[in-house]
Amino acid sequence: MASLLQFREISIRFHASGTGLAVASPVAEPNAEVSGTRPVWAVDGLNLSIDKGERVALVGESGSGKTITALAALGLLQDVELRGSIQWKGEELNGASATRLRRLRGKEIAMVFQEPMSALNPLLTVGRQVGEVLEAHEGLTKTQAFERATDLLQKVGIDDPARRARSYPHQLSGGQRQRVLIAMALACQPELLIADEPTTALDVSLRQQILELLLDLQEETGMAILLITHDLPIVKRFASRVAVMQQGSIIETGDSESVFQRPSHPYTQRLVQSQPRPLVGAPGPRDILLDVRQLHCDYAIPTGLFRKRRFTAVHRENFVVSKGETLGVVGESGSGKTTLAMAIMRLAPARVTGLVKLNGVDLLGLSSAALRKARRRFQPVFQDPYSALSPRLTVRQILEEGLRLHRPELTWQQRLDRCESIMAEVGLSPEGLQRYPHEFSGGQRQRIAIARAVLQEPELIILDEPTSALDLSIQQQILELLVMLQQTKGFAYLFISHDLHVIRSIAHRCLVMQYGKIVEFGATEHVMSSPRHAYTQQLLDAAFPEERLQAFERDRLASMANRPVPRALRLDEQAS
Amino acid sequence: MTAMTAMQANTPSSQSLGRRAARRFWANRRGRISLLIFLAAVFLSLFAELLSNDRPLVVSFQDELYFPLIHNYPESTFGGDFETSTDYLDPYIRKQFDSPGNWALYPLNEYSYDTLNYFASQPNPAPPSSENWMGTDDRGRDIAARLLYGFRVSVFFGLALTAIGVLLGIFFGALQGYFVGKTDLFFQRFIEVWGAIPELYLLIILASIFEPGLLVLLVILSLFGWMGLSDYVRAEFLRNRSLDYVTAARALGLRHYQIILRHVLPNSLTPVIAFLPFRMSASILALTSLDFLGLGVPSSTPSLGELLAQGKDNLDAWWITVPTFAVLVGTLLLLIFVGEALRDALDTRRVQ
Repeated sequence: MASLLQFREISIRFHASGTGLAVASPVAEPNAEVSGTRPVWAVDGLNLSIDKGERVALVGESGSGKTITALAALGLLQDVELRGSIQWKGEELNGASATRLRRLRGKEIAMVFQEPMSALNPLLTVGRQVGEVLEAHEGLTKTQAFERATDLLQKVGIDDPARRARSYPHQLSGGQRQRVLIAMALACQPELLIADEPTTALDVSLRQQILELLLDLQEETGMAILLITHDLPIVKRFASRVAVMQQGSIIETGDSESVFQRPSHPYTQRLVQSQPRPLVGAPGPRDILLDVRQLHCDYAIPTGLFRKRRFTAVHRENFVVSKGETLGVVGESGSGKTTLAMAIMRLAPARVTGLVKLNGVDLLGLSSAALRKARRRFQPVFQDPYSALSPRLTVRQILEEGLRLHRPELTWQQRLDRCESIMAEVGLSPEGLQRYPHEFSGGQRQRIAIARAVLQEPELIILDEPTSALDLSIQQQILELLVMLQQTKGFAYLFISHDLHVIRSIAHRCLVMQYGKIVEFGATEHVMSSPRHAYTQQLLDAAFPEERLQAFERDRLASMANRPVPRALRLDEQAS
Repeated sequence: MTAMTAMQANTPSSQSLGRRAARRFWANRRGRISLLIFLAAVFLSLFAELLSNDRPLVVSFQDELYFPLIHNYPESTFGGDFETSTDYLDPYIRKQFDSPGNWALYPLNEYSYDTLNYFASQPNPAPPSSENWMGTDDRGRDIAARLLYGFRVSVFFGLALTAIGVLLGIFFGALQGYFVGKTDLFFQRFIEVWGAIPELYLLIILASIFEPGLLVLLVILSLFGWMGLSDYVRAEFLRNRSLDYVTAARALGLRHYQIILRHVLPNSLTPVIAFLPFRMSASILALTSLDFLGLGVPSSTPSLGELLAQGKDNLDAWWITVPTFAVLVGTLLLLIFVGEALRDALDTRRVQ
């Protein structure tokens, strides 16, 4: 079969000035920018071909050049040096005229971007935006285009499309917006759809739905799909062929099955293995450190000039954290996980009632002076390593701050010694103390943030999605570091994550939150293997499809289950 | 430990954000040269008394040394008839100094800003001559001297006004941006009311009550000069206070003032610093405009605005208007070049 799109020996280099991207890339590498490295080949001698109707996944960590490659095919790169040949059905695209490329975009090759929030124009109704593509490429009138747009919205699974077509982007949910973007991409029935991390910004169960939608549409229209992602489980389920990218070149390609079963390149092996693996055992006997009873948080949301509505983020919930153990908190965004953590630390701008006892001390009842003293005992680590460290202080100043406050008796030398030893413990060189945060990578910064928390000798560390901004391999390293620190220092973790793989790997016990309520609480392995609540089951279906499939089979054999067949099963049936 | 993440050995030596901005500023040729010229001019104007004065710096009269800059000597000291202080421009006194055995060291320009030359050879305003290099104004005062002193007054007035405005702006902006809620609401409304008071009318009214001097002007202009900046500082604080490192500082148990001074403020100063030169040029211009309108300093004080007004009244005396205009434009231009360079240096989106 003749290939649809073929990249031959593609090399891309940015010119010294500007970022080079015509489209703002959410994965712009802040490190390359600040560390002053000279521009190198972002893509270096890349070969890739996509056949008609094929589902290809381009996998790699951030900064490996995935997005740039895709943008090159559409001629969307500016200020770059582009070498090699890009052939679209035998036609050379590198050096093609701007007019030709504009005709090509949207009509023959369409693209879906990662960020459904910023990819839609907030001032136009979604019907208009979808219709716009049709007006531009197919010469339809406004009314015709709007009608077709409504049809398309229906096709991508938006309920009540006639009404939704008249909605503005902000009136839609994240998943609906992503569907609209897909509808836009499909408007002119392209032969190739490039989906750049289409599910990354979405919650687990929405990811599942969007993926199913893409699969359905692909079956129906027979278009080829190039999926760009760093999310391996999605690739596993979606792609028929996988290309693994590292530092601008493709190091391994092959059909999905064989790449996952028998990865040949060491990097691929690492990538496949960097799926979090269990790091902790079963929970021990309960020795309660943090006792939370009837915790209730609500915010006031102004609805008018003087009127307010109260929004409850956490509904009178109870749970405990045992000494030296990790409690994982799972839930989708907006489920109240972060508010819960912030309320415990008394950092939430919400009204908090209930009882939070840390080693017998009621945190909610402390006066502000006593609270400041007690803060040493519970320390946070945040999600975004780029905003967690004050940019104008050296690492040493950042680390010392808490010591100066809580251990004023320490001398200059003792403080320095502590900082140096903690740096070694988190796996950084002590020379880094004199440096500023911008000189470190994301993973290194997260290590510094952990060091800052550990240095206060806390009893509890509250980690709010500490690994979700990091690449897979670094994520695994951070998790190992956390477990090692816990085993040597004996503090407990309250670990918030939406990623069940991570929770399974690190948490002794876990609780599942939905709409501000705890729907499930128990030992992690128990919750994962026999979830009781439907919402937990849904999350698990999305996270561990194969395992859940086996469980489903077991259940079906026992003729107990009545749940709908998970998507992965349906695919398997078709394949066989 | 699987990952002993070693520091990269090839990264350049560590530099704070501030130092990197300073380096970027220094790399900007136009900004650097403008700053140097401006600083040199300010430095020279600090020694205006030594450069342009109607008294000699040192006098040796009958084997005794006199320092007329520091002490007032009666005319009789130098062989004059009166006990009044000496007029060193008097040809008789000059003759005394020129007599053998005596000497006097005169400054570069022999007039101060308020010196009236009673022995001038031409009617006022006099065109440039060997006596008055840039001519005199309509009261016979030396233009060069008035420009030099006027430049100094303008620059230091601008500096003071900017400093007060910045301090007030940061204070109120920080208060609103950090504490938000009711504090923010109150100050926002206060600023709306305060900003609605017409500044010029107030100045006209006050000018009729008080004798307008530099201090009165400084106070009045300061009362209104902080609002624009406080909005910027407030916005920066609103953004920065929600960042994780501020939350982390709160979680460490730091007090509010520690968090503000150490974490939020240093990261919120970018707009303040970037606007400094522009605010300063605006302050200089404000003083000049008020003086031009006659609402500013009394006419004895050397002032660029007053000179411009004189130039307007004496259109044939080009030597008043042109040099004043040149000094004013030069000063503002230098400040604007410095400001542009500073703004570019602080712009983190520009990658060098």
